[in-house]
Amino acid sequence: MAYKIIKSQCTVCGACEFECPNAAIKFKGDTYVVDADTCTECEGHFDAPQCAAVCPVPDTCVPA
Amino acid sequence: MAELISLDGLKGPSSSKAMRAELGKDGCAAGACGAPGGAGAMPAEIWEKVKDHPCYAEEAHRYFARMHVAVAPACNMQCHYCNRKFDCANESRPGVVSERLRPEEAARKVVAVANAVPQLSVLGIAGPGDACYDWARTKATFEAVREAIPDLTLCLSTNGLALPERVEEIAALGIDHVTITINMIEPEVGARIYPWIFHQHRRWEGVEASRILHERQMLGLRMLVERSVLVKVNSVMIPGVNDAHLLEVGAAMKEAGAFLHNVMPLISDPAHGTHFGLTGQRGPRPMELKALQDRLGEGARLMRHCRQCRADAVGILGEDRGQEFTLGKLPDEAAYDPAGRAEYREVVVRERGELAVSRRKAEAQLRRIEAAPSRLVAVASRGGGRINQHFGHATEFLVFEVSAKGVGFVGARRVESYCKGGFGEAEALEGAIAALEGVAVVLVAKIGEAPKKKLAAAGITASEAHAYEWIEAGIAGWYAAAFTTTSETGRSTLKAG
Repeated sequence: MAYKIIKSQCTVCGACEFECPNAAIKFKGDTYVVDADTCTECEGHFDAPQCAAVCPVPDTCVPA
Repeated sequence: MAELISLDGLKGPSSSKAMRAELGKDGCAAGACGAPGGAGAMPAEIWEKVKDHPCYAEEAHRYFARMHVAVAPACNMQCHYCNRKFDCANESRPGVVSERLRPEEAARKVVAVANAVPQLSVLGIAGPGDACYDWARTKATFEAVREAIPDLTLCLSTNGLALPERVEEIAALGIDHVTITINMIEPEVGARIYPWIFHQHRRWEGVEASRILHERQMLGLRMLVERSVLVKVNSVMIPGVNDAHLLEVGAAMKEAGAFLHNVMPLISDPAHGTHFGLTGQRGPRPMELKALQDRLGEGARLMRHCRQCRADAVGILGEDRGQEFTLGKLPDEAAYDPAGRAEYREVVVRERGELAVSRRKAEAQLRRIEAAPSRLVAVASRGGGRINQHFGHATEFLVFEVSAKGVGFVGARRVESYCKGGFGEAEALEGAIAALEGVAVVLVAKIGEAPKKKLAAAGITASEAHAYEWIEAGIAGWYAAAFTTTSETGRSTLKAG
């Protein structure tokens, strides 16, 4: 279980990067990427995945 | 974009004489806007803070330039007038940038601009997201710039949601100008502007979201005022949504201690892809905006010279030289040379003295006129306080209200022709006529016969009679000629109005 970012829609604002409690999101190349191994979908931290909750573009930060 | 003050004469082996000559050639305008025409009734320590800030003092915007660096792309909420995916180099509106910068790149850019643009007095961070939410990058940028150029005024712009937790650091960094965008004090109104906010690790929607936002905005505002940080409140005027409500907003802002209120028209071109643009929500017409500003201006200090600039704008208000200072064009290393800015400041002190004299003369001339109706006068100006632009080159007009009581600045009206590729001359002229709604006369450096006739058909007189005069002097001269000569002439001018 992990989230992923749809590159073609991402505005590269980086809000997801500093909301992620696991530091699972990094800027790589020209976009942000979720590391599936460290992503927990925020379970145990928050009620909802933070990256999806803060993302300004609908359907861009979604379950992998 | 129009270049308000040509810098060619200000670069290289500069002399204050050359700078003065440049200012004399070109020029922007005057009156009751922000800190109106000089210190006025303002306490000396406040005037000291605002006199060189183009956004906070109308007079300063004739002389000084601001730059925004786009280091803060992340935002914690969505507004219906914002679409962060849109970026067009020809477009001028907040929230839009061409290039995002890391803090160290931003500092390098600021030094390069300070060396090339002696008018630079202010560095602002206005996103393109939210400066307080994207705080680490905002703070790192301010710290780097403070070290490189200690006397540069720092300011930031925020939606206010994350403001309270940053107030201490803002004050500690010596940021003494903060702009908060406040469009409502009633959450029910806010629910029609803001679909969601992200706060305390969750997304909030509807009225609840706007209630939280409102509380955070007012808390942040009061905390800043307590620490003597000057606060400007920006409100977007959205007809049918918050236009009438903004009177209550204005009163609440004044009560809370905001220094300045700036009401801006909604920009809602469908091509921008914003919710408001796509759903047909219109922006206000110039005269609707003026009517609201006039009502708000009765009890508060109002900014009327806002150009709604981009989050990466560079230059005097109304111009944007951002494309000259993109990352690829910056030197790898640049040392800051304070000489240009220091010399320019000396020039401005003298120019301001001459402007004050010209203003007093204009006022005296107007006082001699017996009771006459007030008129709106538009001016084509390239900066420096003079009527010095060709009608056809104007991308905006400065509008003043003149009566026997004096000349007051009403606002800058943009001619909607920024995507020039798609418009012909006829469309540009139509845009200019729409921008001149309610105006009796437009004073220009020069105008062709054809547009002059078309303007006359629309009830607007165009005149070259005051070309290259100081703006107030030219307006007073036109008004005196219109209302102190024979009653026949007076009537024909009335008709034109």
